[in-house]
Amino acid sequence: MIVATRKPIEEIIGFLAPYDSILILGCGTCVTVCNSGGEREVALIHSALRVAQTKGLLDGKRFHEYTVKRQCDNEFLEAIKGKSYEVDAILTLACGVGVQVLAEFFPHVVCIPGLNTLFMGSSSKLGIWDERCAGCGDCRLYETGGICPITRCAKGILNGPCGGSKDGKCEVDREMDCGWIMIYERLLKLGRVQTLRTYVPPREYSLKKKPKRVMIA
Amino acid sequence: MAISLFEEKLNSKKFVVTAEVGPPKGSDLSHTKKIIELLKDRVDALNVTDHQSSVMRYPSLGVCLLIKEMGGEPILQMTCRDRNRIALQADLLFAYSRGIKNVLCLTGDAVEIGDHKDAKPVFDLDSVQLIRTIKTLESGYDLSGSKLSGKVEFFIGASCNPEADPIEPQLFKFEKKVESGARFFQTQGIYDVSSLRKFMQYARQFPVKILAGIIVLFSYKMALYMNENVPGIRVPSEVLEELRGLDRQAAEKKGIEIASRTIRKIKEENLCQGIHIMAIGREHIIPEVLEASGL
Repeated sequence: MIVATRKPIEEIIGFLAPYDSILILGCGTCVTVCNSGGEREVALIHSALRVAQTKGLLDGKRFHEYTVKRQCDNEFLEAIKGKSYEVDAILTLACGVGVQVLAEFFPHVVCIPGLNTLFMGSSSKLGIWDERCAGCGDCRLYETGGICPITRCAKGILNGPCGGSKDGKCEVDREMDCGWIMIYERLLKLGRVQTLRTYVPPREYSLKKKPKRVMIA
Repeated sequence: MAISLFEEKLNSKKFVVTAEVGPPKGSDLSHTKKIIELLKDRVDALNVTDHQSSVMRYPSLGVCLLIKEMGGEPILQMTCRDRNRIALQADLLFAYSRGIKNVLCLTGDAVEIGDHKDAKPVFDLDSVQLIRTIKTLESGYDLSGSKLSGKVEFFIGASCNPEADPIEPQLFKFEKKVESGARFFQTQGIYDVSSLRKFMQYARQFPVKILAGIIVLFSYKMALYMNENVPGIRVPSEVLEELRGLDRQAAEKKGIEIASRTIRKIKEENLCQGIHIMAIGREHIIPEVLEASGL
């Protein structure tokens, strides 16, 4: 899933200055799961903005709140078509995809991102989210025992650990496991460690050509 | 026939010594020239670091040219951190055209540990892929398959870390480097000769030359810092204890003693083909280290 975190409230307040009627729009899918942009967070941000008003900020501005099932899908945006005419800005708590689909769907409304989109990942412990996929377009997870070197190695290198790996930890952060040592240990358990002897050629970055588009029949 | 003077020295069976020169932070090369002058006839080749520890400096290629002009034998260190495959290949063509024949292929430290933390890390290639890239250029083609005018030929080197734990993934990578075309290795700094001994028992089966890395310590604080911050380095507690509580001068002397002790042991046991001395900004002490080591 897509993982995002909320922008600092000061940054959001700065964005809202020119607008009078603002819809705070949540998204009911990924960002609800990672506690950054669902119905609960919409209510939280709404209260934070009201508190700011009591301090003399955002004077006279009107806020509305709503959460759709998914902002990255036009089908769910139909539900707020009516509301969009009553507001001059939408503060969206969706990932970057949601913000853009929304902006395209409502070309007459200013769409303001309330989140910073971080990565595709999962939760390993309560409240902890980790990146797991870089969307490289050429999945190598079979050769690497289900652990992605592109995402989990700080340098994203393909032919084994760099010289900076120490005691199974990464040179970038001594608390972080070295992706390549994790791969090695997993392959060892699977009896497939010989896989690591195979040379892996340079990545085909043409697969990452931006913007990417795919046709899935 | 040997590709470079450095290869010739390694083939001659003599105990080979290389040392590392760090380019300046700026355009003033006067100190670098002094160091080159001091070392060029004292060692068999001089490595030039490539923005070591991800700190932006004068380029490795530039100092390699300077060494060449001053009559020394340069080893161009090339990392994959700052240049994509286009820039790396271009720099190799340039290096060859100007007589630089020794290249040490490295992945490169992470951007995060350096002084430009917001820079984009490249790592388009890794060290093994860089070695293969050189072999491709040597075959007369670039990585796109286009034919090149003129030939290139390099004496290709790489690094390895005999003190890594677990060692097996490092050994797999070492083998990939050998299969890809690496002909010499300069190891990460070694303080524990027994790990080098063990590594050499394994590495001897391959047709490559190995130079053991020696990082000269000059204070207790530096040794601690290296343990905590320098990727891949492990200074054992006994060595740390030797440096503890010494004043500047005594610590520097002790650092030279520790380095020369390790060098003597390596040479006496004939463990590998030579040593690679890294004095990290204090290159002027290298002649003293060599003297203390009987070299």
